[in-house]
Amino acid sequence: MLEGFNFRVIWEYMPFFMEGLRNTFLISIVSLFLALIAGIIACACRLSPWRLVRGLSIAYIESIRSTPLLVQIYFLYFGLPTLGLRVPELQTGIIALMLNSGAYIAEIVRAGMTSVPNGQIEAGIASGLNYFQRMRFIILPQALGVTVPPLLGQAIVLFKDSALLSLISVMELTRVGQTLTSERFMPSEAFFTVAFLYLCIYFVLKSLADWSQKKLIFREAY
Amino acid sequence: MMLFYFQRLIEIYPFFLKGLWMTVAVSGISLVFGTIFGLVLGILRASGNKFFVAIIGVYVAVIRGTPFVVQIFIVFFILPEWGIQLDAFPAAIISLTILATAFICEIVAGGIKAVPNGQWEAAASSGLNIFQQLRYVIVPQSLQTILPPLVGQYVLLIKDSSVVSVIGVVELTRVGWVTVNRIPEGLMVFSLVGVLYFAISYPLIRLSNRLEKKMATQQVML
Repeated sequence: MLEGFNFRVIWEYMPFFMEGLRNTFLISIVSLFLALIAGIIACACRLSPWRLVRGLSIAYIESIRSTPLLVQIYFLYFGLPTLGLRVPELQTGIIALMLNSGAYIAEIVRAGMTSVPNGQIEAGIASGLNYFQRMRFIILPQALGVTVPPLLGQAIVLFKDSALLSLISVMELTRVGQTLTSERFMPSEAFFTVAFLYLCIYFVLKSLADWSQKKLIFREAY
Repeated sequence: MMLFYFQRLIEIYPFFLKGLWMTVAVSGISLVFGTIFGLVLGILRASGNKFFVAIIGVYVAVIRGTPFVVQIFIVFFILPEWGIQLDAFPAAIISLTILATAFICEIVAGGIKAVPNGQWEAAASSGLNIFQQLRYVIVPQSLQTILPPLVGQYVLLIKDSSVVSVIGVVELTRVGWVTVNRIPEGLMVFSLVGVLYFAISYPLIRLSNRLEKKMATQQVML
């Protein structure tokens, strides 16, 4: 099946693959960071007492969660120029990933915030802890256990989703595979290498997520 | 100008309905196959047979660890190299089924493992054979844990079906992509595409939430 597999081409294109991997990495980290900010803001709006703000954030979260990422990418890619905004592909892609993951992160953060029962906060106040002590000793230890593992899960999803940016010609790992396919017509060499590199990163992230799950869940105690 | 494009867009609405139908067909067929294969593999995975557990574990990890675009490219570009000629439509069905099977088998395995061991023993000591045990005792009980995430997974897979547009299947996203070349109003065209996706996936999201609540109350009543 693979008797014609040409390792020399892979070796020749290795610097190219590494550059793609680095770009995938950078894109994922930047978008994840921005998505965290967007998610926390969206979550704060979602829990706000004003109905208009709450409605807007629900509309944002639900519309993102019920449409595909690819449609969102195209929406921005083809839509921003009609508004007269000339945004390069890379930035368009990062904005799309940020908005997409932001909606999911907002829900994750909300689940974490609402997971600490009110009685515990009241008990903290009654014990004479101030706001920061309550945060440090009561709320965060419990909320982080609920939040961090799914956040890492979302980071993995974001990392894989960044492959879709290849479709608006951002030079990341999948795009390198496509380029190699079109230049040398060697799809198996190109895409098996790409898949292998994704898989390596996936295992690193996955073991990190599993480890955090073991370390951070305090709830099993009761 | 906007109004003119809007009218053009309304004139070509049958094209969008065709795309919608294609999205429903592609995701429907692969979800049916994915559910059947996922159920079988999930039961095998929960069975504890070391051989099956290892093989299925590797399969699930490889599928979950690589982006779906890369999987589609592998199916579409590499199978022909091995002498299997595929059109875009069957290639889309195959790759989406492979993806769906991997995710559904995880959900099923989790649900079956959640059934207490005593149920297996009781079923076995009542003289039921392995198929009867599964059919009458284990699967009905594990449905409680399986159904809510399963419907949620269906939504994710319907959204992932947008990615098959890259190999030229004329489904909803592809329709938007083709249309935007003739009607250069990216925001309008992809809003319409987004609304159509929303119409499919939002009811399913609501259903998943309702199932989750219903199953949670049932569990308490048991």
